[in-house]
Amino acid sequence: METRDGRTVAAGAGELPRLTAADVAKVAAQARLRFTDEELEQLSGQLSDILRMAAELKAVDTEGVEPTAHGIPVYNVMRDDIPVPSMPQADVLSGAPEAKDGYFKVPRILEEA
Amino acid sequence: MALYDLTAHELRQQLDSGELTSRELTEALLERIEQLDGTLGAYITVAAEEALEQARAYDEARAKGEATHPLGGIPVALKDNLVTRGLRTTAASRMLENWVPPYDATVVERLRSVKAPVLGKTNMDEFAMGGSTETSAFKVARNPWDLERVPGGSSGGSAIAVAAGLAVWALGSDTGGSIRQPAAFCGVVGMKPTYGRVSRYGLIAFASSLDQIGPFTRDVTDCALALNLICGFDPRDSTSVNLEVPDFTKALRVEPKGLRIGVPVEYLNQPVDPDVRAALDKALKLLEENGAVIKEVSLPSLQYALHVYYLIAPAEASSNLARFDGVRYGLRVPAADVTRMMEETRSKGFGPEVKRRIILGTYVLSAGHYDAYYKKASQVRTLMRRDFEQAFKEVDVLFAPTTSSTAFRLGEKTQDPLSMYMTDYFTIPVNLAGLPGLSLPCGVDKGGLPIGLQIIGPPFGEEQVLKAAYTYEQLAWPKGAGRHWRAGREVAVDVR
Repeated sequence: METRDGRTVAAGAGELPRLTAADVAKVAAQARLRFTDEELEQLSGQLSDILRMAAELKAVDTEGVEPTAHGIPVYNVMRDDIPVPSMPQADVLSGAPEAKDGYFKVPRILEEA
Repeated sequence: MALYDLTAHELRQQLDSGELTSRELTEALLERIEQLDGTLGAYITVAAEEALEQARAYDEARAKGEATHPLGGIPVALKDNLVTRGLRTTAASRMLENWVPPYDATVVERLRSVKAPVLGKTNMDEFAMGGSTETSAFKVARNPWDLERVPGGSSGGSAIAVAAGLAVWALGSDTGGSIRQPAAFCGVVGMKPTYGRVSRYGLIAFASSLDQIGPFTRDVTDCALALNLICGFDPRDSTSVNLEVPDFTKALRVEPKGLRIGVPVEYLNQPVDPDVRAALDKALKLLEENGAVIKEVSLPSLQYALHVYYLIAPAEASSNLARFDGVRYGLRVPAADVTRMMEETRSKGFGPEVKRRIILGTYVLSAGHYDAYYKKASQVRTLMRRDFEQAFKEVDVLFAPTTSSTAFRLGEKTQDPLSMYMTDYFTIPVNLAGLPGLSLPCGVDKGGLPIGLQIIGPPFGEEQVLKAAYTYEQLAWPKGAGRHWRAGREVAVDVR
């Protein structure tokens, strides 16, 4: 839900989060995915169910608790600074759908002036 | 007993004495795959020629006295999300249907270094997202104990291969239970080591802070042998931990006396199938009669495991899967401009479950939602780690069911994502806290389907877990571990 200053916050008790088909379509564009209208409807229902479950976490007191990013924290991992050969360019390009002159080739990005 | 029925340590004796060659063994398993895999669907790709070539190399080295590793020459199967140089690796996705990787995962290098023939790449849920192998883009995988039931997932193919004798052992990956749950459903041993124990280099990433590679074997002894081979620091995985790796076979001791076993009350209060509960109680009673101390412990945060997991895993997945854009490798669906090309490629290349998680993950990571979802989940994750730390001050290992029920029917849960997600209820906390967890067979239900017992240890406590597992296994199956699954498997597969 959106607050008056435009921030989106998780819904409180009684205001259960719900993703509409339009919300899903917006997220889909960000994730470079496309769906039919029927799929959008179905996803909005399924994702709303999952978010409603997730919203139960609001009940847990996490005041002052550091978030865990990894089960077993390791910090500032450096490997020894020894030069090693990289993967040969031909190998790197071996799986490319399209390659040219040692580069990955993609469809046009910019319009011609 | 047929060759495909034996454990790696049993086969070792035959290989060492010279009465069996790796080539003969590999041929026998390839023949078994040929016979049964059309029904079981364990493999996406069978690598017969490569496996036979590796077997030949092993036999030559052995003749010269050069091949000495306990798992050398013993054929193994790999989940199809472990990249193999020159051998197609699909992650069971259309996105990678024709991808031939230019490098080997670290665990694959290790297998090659001991000349273990790789029989092929096993079926799985697409990008490891699922609990039944039903999201595989390529084929249906069936439980060898009952062909109308799922093998579990996501590493379903690896579990089938080991249970039905289509490989001696196998590797899988476990993000929320993807090794332990299919091991339970198929009646074999499956272990997720501590996060950081095994290099993830070359494992196609799903949720990077949860993923871990581990083995499927037919008994606990083989599990220890497999860990000896795959564990260890790797500079190419910055989350792998630089700790000395013990000889895990030294933990294979029957020592029930004084073993402190904790049982989380939160798990006892969960609705589980009565047969599963009875099997857990029976296992605990057996150990108690032999001198173990059983104690109920409380880990209140466990009740939020699913909530946390289904925010963190999709968030990390959406980020990891952004790399599949039709540019560098994998599928490309041509289109007029680059954005449309990416949309077409991703919409055609990913299946419904993968898309569902990408959308969910993108949503919870997006501006305005991050604190309420991802950050909150990560904080509760901290509480969960603390609960486990507290519990392991009082006990050596925790016992729990691996799953609340035995294998469910094909199609039973495919329309309801939440009920499918619930199948990971007992396994997910272990990933969130980064702990080692093992599932081993502890009986069958009234329908004759295997039940899994889960043993959980503190970080880097693999030896404690293996010792408890081995102790139970030897007490429960004194005539030799593995007999149990063999009986069931013969009914389901061979008497068809």
